Amino acid sequence: MAISTDEVRHVARLARLALSDGELATLGGQLGQILDYVKQLDRLDTAGVLPTSHAVETGTPFREDVAVPFPDREALLANAPDREGDAFRVPRVIED
Amino acid sequence: MSTIPVHEWTLREAADRIRSGGVSSRELTEAILGRIAAINPKINAWVTVIPEKAMAQAAVFDEMQARGESAGPLHGVPVGLKDIFCTKGIKTTCGSRILHNFVPPYDAAVTERVLCAGAVLLGKQNMDEFAMGSSTETSFFGNTLNPWDPSRIPGGSSGGTAAAVASAMCFAAMGTDTGGSIRQPASLCGVVGLKPTYGRVSRYGMIAFASSLDQGGPVTRTVADAALMLGIVAGHDRRDSTSLDLPVPDYDAALGRDVKGLRVGLPKEYFEGEGLDPQVRAAVDRALAALVAAGAEAVEVSLPHTEYALSTYYLIAPAEASSNLARYDGVRYGHRAEGTSGLIEMMSKTRAEGFGPEVKRRIMIGTYALSAGYYEAFYGKAQKVRTLIRRDFDAAFQKADVLLTPTAPTPAFRIGEKTDDPLTMYLSDIYTIPCNLAGIPGISVPCGMSSEGLPIGAQLLANHFREETLLTAAGAIERAIPLPRVAPFKG
Repeated sequence: MAISTDEVRHVARLARLALSDGELATLGGQLGQILDYVKQLDRLDTAGVLPTSHAVETGTPFREDVAVPFPDREALLANAPDREGDAFRVPRVIED
Repeated sequence: MSTIPVHEWTLREAADRIRSGGVSSRELTEAILGRIAAINPKINAWVTVIPEKAMAQAAVFDEMQARGESAGPLHGVPVGLKDIFCTKGIKTTCGSRILHNFVPPYDAAVTERVLCAGAVLLGKQNMDEFAMGSSTETSFFGNTLNPWDPSRIPGGSSGGTAAAVASAMCFAAMGTDTGGSIRQPASLCGVVGLKPTYGRVSRYGMIAFASSLDQGGPVTRTVADAALMLGIVAGHDRRDSTSLDLPVPDYDAALGRDVKGLRVGLPKEYFEGEGLDPQVRAAVDRALAALVAAGAEAVEVSLPHTEYALSTYYLIAPAEASSNLARYDGVRYGHRAEGTSGLIEMMSKTRAEGFGPEVKRRIMIGTYALSAGYYEAFYGKAQKVRTLIRRDFDAAFQKADVLLTPTAPTPAFRIGEKTDDPLTMYLSDIYTIPCNLAGIPGISVPCGMSSEGLPIGAQLLANHFREETLLTAAGAIERAIPLPRVAPFKG
């Protein structure tokens, strides 16, 4: 299953990965190989089979909707690559 | 009176000797730190070692002991954690560049439970980047070597964990298993690795790879030690919505049980594939003979959808991973690319620089499988086949109490042997993946050595919540087939 470079570039953009042309070419080939392999699933008739999203059914647990403040604000912010006071600083969001 | 070196004691021996006052936590911790200093530069099983913190903690436990107090069943015993479990104030990298400098502000549930049981934490163990790999060769911090033969891989993704336990650089450790990442390295390093039922151990603070498959579990040198660790880490945690709200059995009680009358199922599909090494086959046959000699009954079972498990896994796991790894964007923690102009460019470059080739590959597969127009054909289809794989196990457990299979198709392979072809590497997990898809528990227990002196493991699988059956059967194999517990690596 051949995947065009444009399609690989599109997926990389969706995944927010700034890949080089070399990476795009390599990954395109490998992606095609892996998708060829997984195509074997099409041999199985799954009409009427319900999908499994979790293997052990536990139901949805409920709890009170109460916010619990994290005790150490500074430890959270200390990991920031760039900060300003109590905020995470990022490059401009709205581009020209 | 035992004359074996201190570091070769089992977890239980170490805990007993501290409790009886035969050795102090400081003496034990110092001995193991010495062992790490001597051996780890060659094996590279640890990303981070924390000698000062460990010795300070050991001193606290010794003072408690002097006052007649005990912190818990692991009082004063040094252990390790895979570098995927968050540790408050201690760097947690997940084997990646993107988290190379991440210092968690909180402990994972597993970290809390191990520490509350009185363990001394020695540090964090090497792993494939984001647990994606079967050889620990995708770690940003370099590969880990197999202590039985340093020209070979230790398995993965919990390769640092298995190598550290096998070379006596800790008495026990916790790993994680998404498609075999506890059992396969345990098999290749000659130690015991147990993946519990999905939900048995809380995933809170365990860095997510594929949330519907990930499960933490112990890596130890004996089955009894695995039972001890499981009893400590298992149990409900409201911070993980998939955590099982069920009582935790007394796993120790399972150790002494008889296997007489136990129905041991042999899934024929697991023994038919061409990739199975004859020496592995022979070793698993000896494990079966040991169970039968102890009164178990062998029955043939069929898991007809086995050949579809790898495809199912390689759609579901990357799909979940591509969503889970979306959080690494250079904003709140970890690596951030320099010299970018807009937010999107910053995120895209950060991720391109911060992730290695295997992680990028899986993010790409997952993103593709979830993208508009392909979701139903790939991800949706895989979820339906997952149902068929679950049903296979439901049917097999009507006929058998436990299934016996090889853990890995071959003993440890050579470094670099499979890095060029992702699909060949993925086949290393062919016997371990179905267990995660079905959410059932599995254990790998050593059952032999190859002619080249490499360990071989047998895998046992049981129905949901039946870890006790695994421990009973694995204990019988361990008793019948005595093998060295510690790799002969001298450094």
